[in-house]
Amino acid sequence: MPVNKQRTIQLMACVVVSAFALNACSSSSKSPDTTVAAVADTAAGTTVAAATGGNEVVAGIKAPDIAAATAVGKGEGELNLIAWAGYTEKAWVDPFTAATGCKVNVKVGNTSDEMVQLIKTGDYDGVSASGDASLRLIAAGDVAPVNTALIPNYADVYPGLKGKPWNTVNAKSYGVPHGRGANVLMYNTDKVTPAPDSWSVVFDKASPYKGAITAYDSPIYIADAAVYLMATQPKLKITNPYALDATQFGAAVDLLKQQKSNIGEYWSDFTKQQAAFKAGSSVVGTSWQIVANLAKAEGTKVEAILPKEGATGWSDTWMIAAKAKHPNCMYLWMDHIISPAANAAATEYFGEAPSNPKACSKTADKTFCDTFHAGDEEYFSKIWYWTTPIAACLDGRTVACTDYSEWTKAWTEVKG
Amino acid sequence: MLKPLARWFHRRPLAGLVGLLGAPMAWLVVVYLGSLAALLVSSLYSLDSFTFNVVKHVGLQNYRELWQRPVYARVAMRTLGVAAAVTLVDLVLALPIAFYMAKVATPRVRRALGVALILPLWASYLAKAYAWRTFLDPAGGLLRKTLGWSPGFGLSGVVIVLAYLWLPYAILPIYAGLERLPDSLLEASADLGGRAGVTLRAVVFPILLPAVVAATIFTFSLSLGDYITVGIVGGKTQMIGNVISANFGVNNVPLAAAFAVVPMIIMVIYLVGIRRTGALENL
Repeated sequence: MPVNKQRTIQLMACVVVSAFALNACSSSSKSPDTTVAAVADTAAGTTVAAATGGNEVVAGIKAPDIAAATAVGKGEGELNLIAWAGYTEKAWVDPFTAATGCKVNVKVGNTSDEMVQLIKTGDYDGVSASGDASLRLIAAGDVAPVNTALIPNYADVYPGLKGKPWNTVNAKSYGVPHGRGANVLMYNTDKVTPAPDSWSVVFDKASPYKGAITAYDSPIYIADAAVYLMATQPKLKITNPYALDATQFGAAVDLLKQQKSNIGEYWSDFTKQQAAFKAGSSVVGTSWQIVANLAKAEGTKVEAILPKEGATGWSDTWMIAAKAKHPNCMYLWMDHIISPAANAAATEYFGEAPSNPKACSKTADKTFCDTFHAGDEEYFSKIWYWTTPIAACLDGRTVACTDYSEWTKAWTEVKG
Repeated sequence: MLKPLARWFHRRPLAGLVGLLGAPMAWLVVVYLGSLAALLVSSLYSLDSFTFNVVKHVGLQNYRELWQRPVYARVAMRTLGVAAAVTLVDLVLALPIAFYMAKVATPRVRRALGVALILPLWASYLAKAYAWRTFLDPAGGLLRKTLGWSPGFGLSGVVIVLAYLWLPYAILPIYAGLERLPDSLLEASADLGGRAGVTLRAVVFPILLPAVVAATIFTFSLSLGDYITVGIVGGKTQMIGNVISANFGVNNVPLAAAFAVVPMIIMVIYLVGIRRTGALENL
């Protein structure tokens, strides 16, 4: 054994050293490719035009020309989806499989970033994309336009959800709306008293719940800090949490760095958050309605509220991958998931507003659509849907805003 | 049927060698070195800041980024500290156990201890890490309930769990090294008037050093790359592996690849340093 070990160690050293030597060779041999790669990149077309002044919001996204389907044939027998937790449960997937013969395989995405990364693998037919993923997917050519005429149930969808910047580019629709909602403040009703009505319990330096606060482990969480600052520090003049200039962005990042000293754990895997609330190591923090529902069903004493400052949220769209191997099944799925019964079941299970008004009569709880403000555009004007921050300020200012790659780097710094 | 084949190979020693080593060497070169080369090449690419597609603009921008933002150096130093602490804890635990197994225990006890050491290696890494989560939980964990105290989720939790996970990898090489040490040497040292301390320093230590070094290479390199344990019991801390995984998660493969070079450099420095001591030759 010792002789083997010596060999192994020498081999390890050898491999590592020769890897460096290889690097030296490959980096020099690689440079001629640069121009070719650059050309190919422009062809992919991802230019973001700058705002042209005034208060007109311009985020001219050049999407690659991908043709939408013209007909839907028989299902291919299989469908591979990337979905948010709770979007693809047996109750409404099994009837779909029975009716179409499409066997559904699901990969749950924990963050929008993960979903973007997953779809780039080319292994999936479709994705339930939030607004901070959808534009990136469209611009990168990862998803194809959707011919909504092939989706009978699309006609019923709330007009307020159609033709939105996060699902429509250059007058082309890129998917069907699934549902929308807010990121809620979840707290342990035994340990957090009095019941909070503000995000200050998670952002205030002197929060009594130091060490048991949790936050969402994704760069997009910076927007949550911006929403809080929008209400508490008017001097910063934040008008859109996804359009932050250098000063505003700095303030949001500083708030998060200060918050870190009070954080117990960050979460991105929702089952882990549910377990942390059950064990009591987390008692308050941002969450999703479905986590609160699951935790309650498990007997954990939690409540979820929409704080007075408003909140970030999402409006999700089912999109079809540009390289979908089972496009017919995906079209059939997009029609199925916004059909009244399936849309009602899926959104009620998750705890969000459905996209199809006809779903409201199919929910188990008849007050469901009122509770979750389905179709209430006034209410949803206070929710800041996840959106990809880009250099051209989304609120129309002509100053430079921080783009999402800055956000991802800042998030690494927040976590230290 | 086989005889002509054997004769053919016998007359061509080179063909025999190729037949023997061809497949493993191809695997080593293509899969192992190939993926390492791919990693290093992609660390020179960049990322489109909007679509998050990898763009093949070759340059050192990712290394510049790592150099300029202090957070990366901080994460690297923290990781280094954790790896060193885990190695230290494992050595402190492994030395007496290995010594007992090799020199004191009866063959029966030795076998039982050997099985006890190997057994946890059969259990899933994740299951063990999550089991530790229920131990360490600061609110209602087992440690809190029984001892009234818990280090909670954080760096100390990470060190404890990693030290637990890699302990067999520390004990086994040291045990093997001690087994090679003849008892007669210990007796000779005692006969010549050497006390326990002198025997340890002048006889046991030089013979054992290569085995100890082998053990530290395992615990150190395994800790350096870990990120799953950190995710489960690390609370809000992050190590090199977490930053790499987070960047991979936003498709920033180039930056992730560049940061992955850091532990590689650390390991090269470590191995070169060990080589200087001559421990590799004696192994």
